[in-house]
Amino acid sequence: MLFTNRKRAAKWLIVVAVFAMIAAACGSDEGDTTELTPVTLQMQWFTQAQFAGYYAAVAEGYYEDAGLDVTILEGGVDIVPATVIESGAADFALSWVIRALGPREEGANVTNISQIFERSATLQVSFADQGITTPADLAGKNVGNWGFGNEAELFAGLRQAGLDPNTDVNLVQQQFDMLALIAGDIDAAQAMTYNEYAQVLETINPATGELFQPEDLSVIDWNDVGTAMLQDGIWADADRLADDPAYRETAVKFVEASIRGWVFCRDNFDECVQHVLDAGPTLGESHQRWMLNEINNLIWPASSGVGTMDPNLWNQTIKNAVDGAVLKGEPAAGAYITDINAEALANLRADGVDVDGNGWTPLTIELTEGGE
Amino acid sequence: MTTREETNRAIARHERNAAARRGVRRVAVFLVFLVVLSILYTGYKAFGSAVDDAQTDLPVVGRILPRTDDLTMPPLLDIAVEFGQPPQRNSSKPLGAFIGEAALFTLREAAFGFLLGAVLGLGLAIFMLRKKWFERGLSPYLVASQTVPLVAIAPIIVIWGSKSLGWLPFTWEPWMSVSIIATYLTFFPVAMNGIKGLQSADAAAMELMRSYAATRRQTLLKLQLPASMPYLFAAFKLAATVAIVGAIVGEISGGVRGGLGRLILDYASRYTTGPPRLYASVVGAAVLGILAVGVVTLLEYVAVTRRQAARGAR
Repeated sequence: MLFTNRKRAAKWLIVVAVFAMIAAACGSDEGDTTELTPVTLQMQWFTQAQFAGYYAAVAEGYYEDAGLDVTILEGGVDIVPATVIESGAADFALSWVIRALGPREEGANVTNISQIFERSATLQVSFADQGITTPADLAGKNVGNWGFGNEAELFAGLRQAGLDPNTDVNLVQQQFDMLALIAGDIDAAQAMTYNEYAQVLETINPATGELFQPEDLSVIDWNDVGTAMLQDGIWADADRLADDPAYRETAVKFVEASIRGWVFCRDNFDECVQHVLDAGPTLGESHQRWMLNEINNLIWPASSGVGTMDPNLWNQTIKNAVDGAVLKGEPAAGAYITDINAEALANLRADGVDVDGNGWTPLTIELTEGGE
Repeated sequence: MTTREETNRAIARHERNAAARRGVRRVAVFLVFLVVLSILYTGYKAFGSAVDDAQTDLPVVGRILPRTDDLTMPPLLDIAVEFGQPPQRNSSKPLGAFIGEAALFTLREAAFGFLLGAVLGLGLAIFMLRKKWFERGLSPYLVASQTVPLVAIAPIIVIWGSKSLGWLPFTWEPWMSVSIIATYLTFFPVAMNGIKGLQSADAAAMELMRSYAATRRQTLLKLQLPASMPYLFAAFKLAATVAIVGAIVGEISGGVRGGLGRLILDYASRYTTGPPRLYASVVGAAVLGILAVGVVTLLEYVAVTRRQAARGAR
């Protein structure tokens, strides 16, 4: 009996060993990077120009120069960056402010160390013939929104115009494509400047047989309305920052090198787009060019040095989120810190890097059908 | 006077011909259905356009029933042509090649998941066969495991995989986490059908085995496992498709790049700029599913049908 058991165990061992060998054969070999500090960055979404600065920092060797070996993890539909930091699977994460503060309310002790995007990219887009140019014009219309907290700017804008989001407009849950707007199910749809807005302009207008033109559309820009909320920033593990001086030092280096990447993308547009394309996005060059230009527009010019948190915009973000019941209340102290970014900026300025981008002006990007 | 060998040869030839005829018939039915579905799709589209063109404002098309414009229902020809079109401006690689590569990637995830799940499921079934109390105690958990929403566990598995499996002798790649998700879906039908199949052995035959003083292992290998084959293969076919669905969903929700899930998600989120791309990638997923089931069916033919035929001839 014992004998057969042992034989069986040996068989299983062989099966396991074979599996392990097959899997090992499929695995890739990592280079020898013993001298660099390994750092993992969790993105919010897939490879695209929204994260160009980080890809550029990898490709241009800025991280390596800072002594870091950075691995970039792509995001997914159900991946919450703040939760990934909390789990220890990533050292830093990119996240919208609200999307990180939600898990923070649940106990994930993360903190914003660098608010890279100063402006919001969210628009409410409608066809020009609807005459929707201010939030007040949304009254009685079918208003699309993505939900999950994305609606907070819209709701705040409506309240500011004296409208009740729940009764004075007809809210429609929107998909992540723009079909509903083009088909007329939605009068005003949510769109990111760097993504969905471009999609409309890459679609043929059935009435003319040509691509939709910017003149065909009217947009409400929440930055102008004054209800904009902060989006992409760099988040870190607050507990580790407090306990681990080496981690804090890494954070400074990481922010510094990342900003170098963003500066590169501002000053070397085409090369930066190429770095993004090399990182393997599914979508092609035309998308990435449009996106990078719009992303630069969110960062530059940076009012008080890139990455610096604007307390007024922070408060506006929190207020909109709390009023819109996206957050339960004001975040507990320490939700953002400024010293790491300040240190990084000081180093960069001392190095002669332009971290303000005052001379930056957006390019004009031509879109093609289907955005190939 | 014909010899026995000649007769056997004639029978074999006849069977081969019959098999070939069956194969032709099967392909014919497949093609007929393809044509019928295409006609239904195109016909409905034509009907909808006609109603639209006539400005009759029929409240059904576009309200209760789906719209028929080219954005919602791209013409079939457009979808077919799209396979040959490059989806990215900076390379001439056609969409079909992108879909093919992604399908292979997803197939690898699904195949590993399937194999692991099949081994796990069969092992569980054998163990449950031996220990009745184990079966009764475990069954609710097995059922519960399948009602946990996949989108809830997928990111957990992907995060856990990238974080906790560094001690393995190989690098844990994200796609392996997706394989685990496929395993999770695969083991269940195999375990459930497996136990049923193992119990399906003829009672008289079981008595006979007992009278031969056969060991449990001999009974399992010579009687119960062969008896369970039809059940197992039914489960394998189901498992092959859920492994692929699981891999696609796992990729989407866990953010793993390279496979069909990512492709579908990307093309879905840019839907308006190229509806045929999404349709084409979904067709790719369907073809992959059909292929997977086809492979299992082929194995079934080799393992069960031919053996039975051989036994019958003897």
